[in-house]
Amino acid sequence: MAYTKRSDGRKMDEIRPIKAEIGVIPNADGSALFAFGGEEDGTVAIAAVYGPKPLHPAHMQEPDRGIIRANYNMLPFSVTERTRPGPSRRSKEISMITENALSSIVDLERFPGTVIDVEILILQANASTRCAGINAAAMALAHAGVVMKELVSSVSIGKIDDKIVTDITKEEEDWEEGEGSTDIPFTLTSRTKQITHLQLDGGIQTSRLKEAYGAAVKACEKVYEYQVRALKGEKNKRE
Amino acid sequence: MKLSNINKKKIESLLTDGKRLDERNPFDYRKVKIETGISNNAEGSSRVRIGKTEIIVGVKLGVQEPYPDHEDEGTMMVSMEFGQICGERYESGPPRINAIEVARVVDRGVRESGLIDWKKLCIKEGEKVWCIFIDIYCINDAGNVLDASSMGAAAALQIARFPVYDKKEEKIKFGEFTDDPLPLTENIPFAMTFHKVGDNILIDPNREEEDAAEARLTLAISKPKKEYIINSIQKGGRAPLTGEELERIVKEAEKIYDKIFPEINKQTESLKK
Repeated sequence: MAYTKRSDGRKMDEIRPIKAEIGVIPNADGSALFAFGGEEDGTVAIAAVYGPKPLHPAHMQEPDRGIIRANYNMLPFSVTERTRPGPSRRSKEISMITENALSSIVDLERFPGTVIDVEILILQANASTRCAGINAAAMALAHAGVVMKELVSSVSIGKIDDKIVTDITKEEEDWEEGEGSTDIPFTLTSRTKQITHLQLDGGIQTSRLKEAYGAAVKACEKVYEYQVRALKGEKNKRE
Repeated sequence: MKLSNINKKKIESLLTDGKRLDERNPFDYRKVKIETGISNNAEGSSRVRIGKTEIIVGVKLGVQEPYPDHEDEGTMMVSMEFGQICGERYESGPPRINAIEVARVVDRGVRESGLIDWKKLCIKEGEKVWCIFIDIYCINDAGNVLDASSMGAAAALQIARFPVYDKKEEKIKFGEFTDDPLPLTENIPFAMTFHKVGDNILIDPNREEEDAAEARLTLAISKPKKEYIINSIQKGGRAPLTGEELERIVKEAEKIYDKIFPEINKQTESLKK
């Protein structure tokens, strides 16, 4: 069966309803919530930023710049079958790609020898958790007032059968018919659309990757709109 | 590890003229040599040398309960270690993020390419399936360990033979081998990593070049039905890539696949018994 209609009725290039908020964690220097999708079946991430602060142990300090230390944490009850709490190989990898996704947008050279801690919790998962985490983290950094060159926005583009689709769900990730499912999370800088994070799982013709990037550019603009609106203090309701 | 600015500047300025420290072109690979026979007790093993880089891979089989969402499919687990043996920058201890990343990227290339026919690894649905363990060890890190690891895993899988399985006892007779190869398809993944130094892109870096790189992009490509399929991508490093750079990398990847993969495949074929 060809994939002609999305199960939740969205258009192929339509992102799920977005919710973005700042200031969700009073103790943090900056914090944010970002959600793809509705309360019942969406993906919800919160992020807190602490720092820049002196990095200990001191031998980990970089003399000419600060570093970002991200910690992605998927809560045991955020998924259908309980996941074991604490770090896993998967969460360590996602923490690292999150650090890379954020590092080039922060003016880290202004904070030599320091660390900016970015704590991300996934409260509810329905695909694209790393993207939601990065979106929340970028907002939390801005909310903390850290000097930034621009924001990043993240979205997962999929190829389901032979269709390029935006912001895929868990159900779409598990599609097996036709050409199957390919998941391509992108993180792009807001102004120059440079790629600070890119992964892919599945199978896509080399000739079609450009199309996926195009879809990511479009979707990230939408994500950016919501991020900025939240940062400006405008109330964001899911549309 | 931090690279002195002088080295980095030299590498960058050479690359601007399309040159490298060892006189290769930016998209030239060093000589790749694949061998087998690391351990007779392994179901399959391989050694990959790319220039002075060396990794070894062992494949062992086990029997496990399947995952509840794939009751009739075998499983796979990839581990990787950069031990103290492979260079002065490495320390002992459990695998760190650099090794975890190599293992996970190799895993995804193998898994997503469809190289393994998982259903044929089922012994008794819902109860017992074969599990393929792939263990990768870096012996000497002279750059590009990730690509070497991916080649080594693919080679060791192709070389591996099933151990004898006692159906009555429902146990593996370890140390006794059959002549049966693992259930593999023709979709062999080939991973290649592009490194960005300044505004230049190169492949198969030596250690200095890898240290100088600010970003990298690994693509695992297979070519079923004469079509290039990207099965996995992983971006590393802090520096961003532009959309044009991504496009350029994908184009080069096709060329490199056609240039390097047949040669590697030939070597692997000659190692199969």
